[in-house]
Amino acid sequence: MSDFLLDPLQHQFMQHAFAAIVLVGVICGVTGTFVTLRGLAFMGDALAHAIFPGVVIAYLLGGSFLIGALIAAVIVSLLIGAASQSGRLTNDTAIGVLFVGAFALGIALISAQRTYTRDLTSFLLGSILGVSWNDLLLTGVVGAVVLVTMLVVRRELVMVAFDRTFAQAAGLNLWVWDQLFLVLLSLAIVVSLQTVGNVLVLAMLVTPAATARLLTDHLGTTCLLASAIGAGSGVVGLYVSYHLGIASGASVVLVATVIFLLVFLFAPRTGLVTSRVARRLHFAHPERDTFAPDAPDKGMV
Amino acid sequence: MREPGVGEARPVQPSRALNTSVVSPRLETDHLSVHFGPRSALEAITTRFDPAETVSLLGPNGAGKSTLLKALAGMLPPTHGMIRLNGRRVTRPSPTVVYVPQRSGVDWTFPVSVLDVALMGRTLRQSRLMVVTRANRDAAMESLHQVGMRHLANVQIGQLSGGQQQRVFLARALLQDGEVFLLDEPFAGVDVPTQELLVSLFGRLRDAGKTIVYATHDLAQAAVSSDRVLLLDRRIVATGAPDQVMTAENLRATFGGQAIVPLTTPAGGTR
Repeated sequence: MSDFLLDPLQHQFMQHAFAAIVLVGVICGVTGTFVTLRGLAFMGDALAHAIFPGVVIAYLLGGSFLIGALIAAVIVSLLIGAASQSGRLTNDTAIGVLFVGAFALGIALISAQRTYTRDLTSFLLGSILGVSWNDLLLTGVVGAVVLVTMLVVRRELVMVAFDRTFAQAAGLNLWVWDQLFLVLLSLAIVVSLQTVGNVLVLAMLVTPAATARLLTDHLGTTCLLASAIGAGSGVVGLYVSYHLGIASGASVVLVATVIFLLVFLFAPRTGLVTSRVARRLHFAHPERDTFAPDAPDKGMV
Repeated sequence: MREPGVGEARPVQPSRALNTSVVSPRLETDHLSVHFGPRSALEAITTRFDPAETVSLLGPNGAGKSTLLKALAGMLPPTHGMIRLNGRRVTRPSPTVVYVPQRSGVDWTFPVSVLDVALMGRTLRQSRLMVVTRANRDAAMESLHQVGMRHLANVQIGQLSGGQQQRVFLARALLQDGEVFLLDEPFAGVDVPTQELLVSLFGRLRDAGKTIVYATHDLAQAAVSSDRVLLLDRRIVATGAPDQVMTAENLRATFGGQAIVPLTTPAGGTR
């Protein structure tokens, strides 16, 4: 058993990989909580793809991935906002049109390279075993910036997500706060790209946060649990990947998905199976019911 | 520039002889029009809302009730005309104007507690780095107590009934500590105890010199729980004391072909 756990840690590339996936799990857990609460899963997927041409251009020019990705993300999120304000197109239609277009641009640019296939694969699926010390440092610094920013503006982010009209009436500029969140989300996606890749990053954002949401009704706890589940799935997934010889990104995402399914079925109060059992018990012992809402609402007539 | 609206009493002329001071309007609109693209939502609204006054906006769906409230809150720029708050032109939301949105516009599955929502009334006055201060927490609990929700402070908001949700909104509004309270359909879909609470709360706020403006399409509610009714159908049809203004003729002019019997339509149609 100890070999199973310790063997991978002998290799430096595995140590880096473990550190990277834990960082990504934490960063994506917190940002992903807001993504799921606001129903922005599709937008998150779109940003991950839309970032692609920015990363490719930065790669071709030898510039910073981060800056290339951020520029691309901001341009695309502004275009999506503008297109969905035209009134004729829904938000998801605008997202659908623009992100695939941006993605195609990235593929077109990278296909001109001789090392096309290898480059494309590493962009799409990540290359977690190739994480360098510098990559780790960058992930850590950017992740800290994202998390500290979110902590400082948490009240505004919650207000804008929960009750937009009220937030606006209280003097918050919805557009500014939406864009700020999308920039933070883009940063989280960019630092996750190398670890899990373009295609699977959405799972790191959505799956742990969705799992956490099933377990608690408290926002702070949701963020912490999502981070823990994301980081935990990462570590377990890497072990599985190492010992079974399967792709690391896929392995991590599969572990996260299995955890989600287990929680979905067996969570203490909300699980599909457990709530059925609880209902049976409730019929047998209704006095054990802890929360009984008073004064039933008459509702709309 | 300063003509009073249709059917509105002309303000009393300033007089040194009378000790009863002339009330200057807290909020006034001057030929306010709001258009959404080619569609006109409000036309030439000229009226005033005074301190210690409760005004109900009464009209059918699409009459512009929500639009007027949002404009008064500084959330919608007027297409023509202007709004003044304490004599100063309104161009953006003001902390002294408290807005209570429709319940339907909120995601009630959100993982926040009743106390969290009440505290949003203080969001912009809280320290960025600190957790909730004792003073803010006590103030929030006191507001919740005033609306009879203190015992549910730690419950997730999705577990509440419609009336309870409305009470939480009221607690949040009270915590904002404003001069003007704008409420969009506060009576819609709430239980009788909550309706009674709303009426008594309006009374207390009015007695404390606050201005309360709320939208409704419930004629009976407007008649009993406001000092003044403003009949709205994109324009002001009439405004004044309920018993003077709510005549069959005026109501027909406001609600047109729609049934006079107030029905809560599911569509909402308020934007």
